[in-house]
Amino acid sequence: MATAVVTAPPSSRPRKLGQFWRDGDHIAHLVTLIFAASVFLVTVFLVYELWIHSAPSRAKFGFSFLTGKVWDPVAEQFGALPFIYGTVLTSFLALLISVPLGVGAAIFLAELAPPRLSNICTFLVELLAAVPSVILGLLAIFTMVPLLRQYGEPFLKRTLGFLPLFQGPAYGVGYLAAGLILAIMTFPFIISISREALLAVPREQREAALALGATKWESTWQVVVPYARLGILGSIFLALARALGETMAVTMVIGNDTGIHTSLLSPGYTIAAVIANMFSEATGDMYLSSLIELGLVLFALTMVLNGAAQLLILATTGKGSRQP
Amino acid sequence: MDPIARRNIVNKIMLTVTGICTVLTVSTLFLILGYLVVNGWRSVDWNFFTKLPMAAGETGGGVANAIVGSGIVILIAMVIGIPVGFLGAIYLAEFGGKTVPMLIRYTADLLNGVPSIVIGIFAWTVIVVPMHHFSAWAGGFALSLMMIPIGLRATEQFLRGVPNSLREASLALGASKTRTIISVIVPAAKQGILTGMILGVARIAGETAPLLFTSLNNQYWAKSPNEPTAALPVLIYNYAISPYEDLHRQAWAAGLVLLVLVLIANIASRWVLSRGAAVQRG
Amino acid sequence: MKTRMLWIALFAAAGTMAASAETITAAGATFPAPIYQKWFEEFHKAHPDIQINYQAIGSGGGIRQIIEGTVDFGASDVPMTDEQMSKVTKYKVLHFPTVLGGIVPTYNVPGATLNFSGATLAGIYLGNIKKWNDAALKKDNPSANLPNEDITVIHRSDGSGTSFVFTDYLAKVSPEWKTKVGVNASVNWPVGLGGKGNEGVAGLVKQTPNSIGYVELIYAVQNKMEYGSLKNAAGNFVKADFNTVSEAAAGAAKDMPADFRVSINNAPGKNAYPLSSFTWLLIPDKIADATKKKSVIDFLQWMLTTGQADAQGLSYAPLPKAVVAKEQKQIALIK
Repeated sequence: MATAVVTAPPSSRPRKLGQFWRDGDHIAHLVTLIFAASVFLVTVFLVYELWIHSAPSRAKFGFSFLTGKVWDPVAEQFGALPFIYGTVLTSFLALLISVPLGVGAAIFLAELAPPRLSNICTFLVELLAAVPSVILGLLAIFTMVPLLRQYGEPFLKRTLGFLPLFQGPAYGVGYLAAGLILAIMTFPFIISISREALLAVPREQREAALALGATKWESTWQVVVPYARLGILGSIFLALARALGETMAVTMVIGNDTGIHTSLLSPGYTIAAVIANMFSEATGDMYLSSLIELGLVLFALTMVLNGAAQLLILATTGKGSRQP
Repeated sequence: MDPIARRNIVNKIMLTVTGICTVLTVSTLFLILGYLVVNGWRSVDWNFFTKLPMAAGETGGGVANAIVGSGIVILIAMVIGIPVGFLGAIYLAEFGGKTVPMLIRYTADLLNGVPSIVIGIFAWTVIVVPMHHFSAWAGGFALSLMMIPIGLRATEQFLRGVPNSLREASLALGASKTRTIISVIVPAAKQGILTGMILGVARIAGETAPLLFTSLNNQYWAKSPNEPTAALPVLIYNYAISPYEDLHRQAWAAGLVLLVLVLIANIASRWVLSRGAAVQRG
Repeated sequence: MKTRMLWIALFAAAGTMAASAETITAAGATFPAPIYQKWFEEFHKAHPDIQINYQAIGSGGGIRQIIEGTVDFGASDVPMTDEQMSKVTKYKVLHFPTVLGGIVPTYNVPGATLNFSGATLAGIYLGNIKKWNDAALKKDNPSANLPNEDITVIHRSDGSGTSFVFTDYLAKVSPEWKTKVGVNASVNWPVGLGGKGNEGVAGLVKQTPNSIGYVELIYAVQNKMEYGSLKNAAGNFVKADFNTVSEAAAGAAKDMPADFRVSINNAPGKNAYPLSSFTWLLIPDKIADATKKKSVIDFLQWMLTTGQADAQGLSYAPLPKAVVAKEQKQIALIK
């Protein structure tokens, strides 16, 4: 028979079911659907496995798992607060450093730098995001930690030692070291996405401000940045989500101590680091179950943050994006 | 002081500050590369690439099995991840309706955000425990989970980027949807798709956490993917935290090699993308 | 492009993977890792068809993995408890002592050769003794020049048999330690930084001035680190070495229980080193694969005879002859 109808309507009811499936398009549809659905299924399965395997510790501790301060394998008392505290503290420290640096650099690259320089620098910064965590950890152990121990932390103790934040021995490793290395890992995200958000601000806004007599800085800081604030906020959330889940570099410099300490100079732990260190040797079912519950907590945290970040970024760059 | 002059000074200062921020952040990459080169290049020698690790405390070992082992787990990850990412993206871009693709995209983003250590836990419970041993399969599976979201989203974006006019022209000529996809759309988007795959591989090449309790480690060559296998990132981690000077030396060299490979992959993907864009514009 | 290169690399690797050697996977303690690695290397040279891949992930890891059945055998410095052994249903776990080692207090205080009494060591690890020139340390070391610096305490971050032996000793010499912290492979350490494995602790001590840690003797020796003497049950300050550790083991040989699970902490003897321990291989008594079973049995025989000669060179003490004889009988239990 000659070639089929010029545009074969895919939804026309076939005479036989067998013919439906012999139609190449329907097979392709099914095959690709299966592969796409597998992504969904695997993720659901992941959450399921985490939920099931953490059941013993969830049953035993309930919500007090999240508030318990003691991690004692001997007494089988497992409380996640020291790790949640360490995770939040190091991530917060990281953002404290990387947000001003990142937003500052994004402003420079979006507003001041000539386009070619801006593109090259952004490219270099995005390459930084590709550096594996373990390599940053390697550098941190042999270069950053000794510098902190010999110069950085004693300096902080001498100048700011009256604050409980900077007291105690200068180990080099600890919350501060972890916060610094996380800052390096997060500012590529902030720079790249904030720059996009800033570039998406319509030219009219800048021109209007300048026409009213504002300096370049005033126009940027008082008009452009607020306009792009949702995207910048989204980049911060994204960076935070990355920092929370970072494992290798953190576990190499955080000192691995299961207590809650006020001083930034003291060693501590994050959720990811404690799982990495203890998972393959957790003897005892409650121990293993508690570690998996920690994984569940971490997953929930990053899920919420990532979701919020996506919404925020969509709100900005979707809104005023320039047409290609 | 004259308010206008003050505002101008503030202007200059703040703009300089942002410039300094940029210099600081951009130079970090060069600092990292510099440190690795200075500390590692001397150790990247023939022994390094061809020998197996020696017992602790003895010198002269190499990382040959870790390099090959990394290659094996990455290959397994690609075998799983590339079909899923590619075919799944075709579904999302060409076949899907409204709700199902939205759901799949959402879970892909969710999967992308899962911390790598949690992926390691998952791979341990579903592969290592039932199989009753550590294996390269488990490691490769864990890595594929990290690769799929990147490949999926990048491929979908580039497929969507193909102008509708191409699709309509193909259908008008009588081709079926499948043939259109195979012969017209995918070739048009191939640079972007390749980019997505390369970026996915670059990301997993340096991942350590998912391998810690899946492919574990191996002193020797792994005979089959059923065995635990050495991998470069795991090796770097173990050597870095040990007290032996010789192992530190090797860790620097391995770090240099790994970073160079990852950077090359990233730069290559950009280059592929820019070539594709140029071809399409011209 | 990248795929093709990977294929080439794989074929090259496959080419170098010569004969079909049997690979046995084992995991566990870092305490004996240096001698195990040497043994497995030498055994492989003598039997090229058998390859034993040992991963030092800590005693806790060895026990966990043998319970899960993910390794062919495990290794631990702390014997499995009855509860842990009951978790393994497919076979019974047999304990095979391999060598004896000593755990030493290693520190990073240049130029000082120090003595530690049990109570002092416990005080340091409890966080009660905070500075190197504390009165308790001065009492143990009347003539030493102790610096006025904070002590950085370093312990294990992973589940460790070394930690078990160490905390067991501390509990024996310090009632406060016994009630406050207890004895286990993984405890809630009152103070200090955590290092992963014996190597991690050694690495941290080496890099952190004024720190103290506990490691198996060979790690301090191989890395040229200072380590102190401990006060033993007889009241003498003894430094760990081949002789003092052997003396600690001598008494144990007579009272060795049938399953070989014994602690020799604070052993009697004039020059017995108080922080000594056996270390065990955890071997299943039923090995399904016939080739693997033969390999394991061959290795055990080799280890109990030829292998023991390597112990002294790596600062471990070989097993007492009576213990070796008992173990050779236990090998027959592997089916």
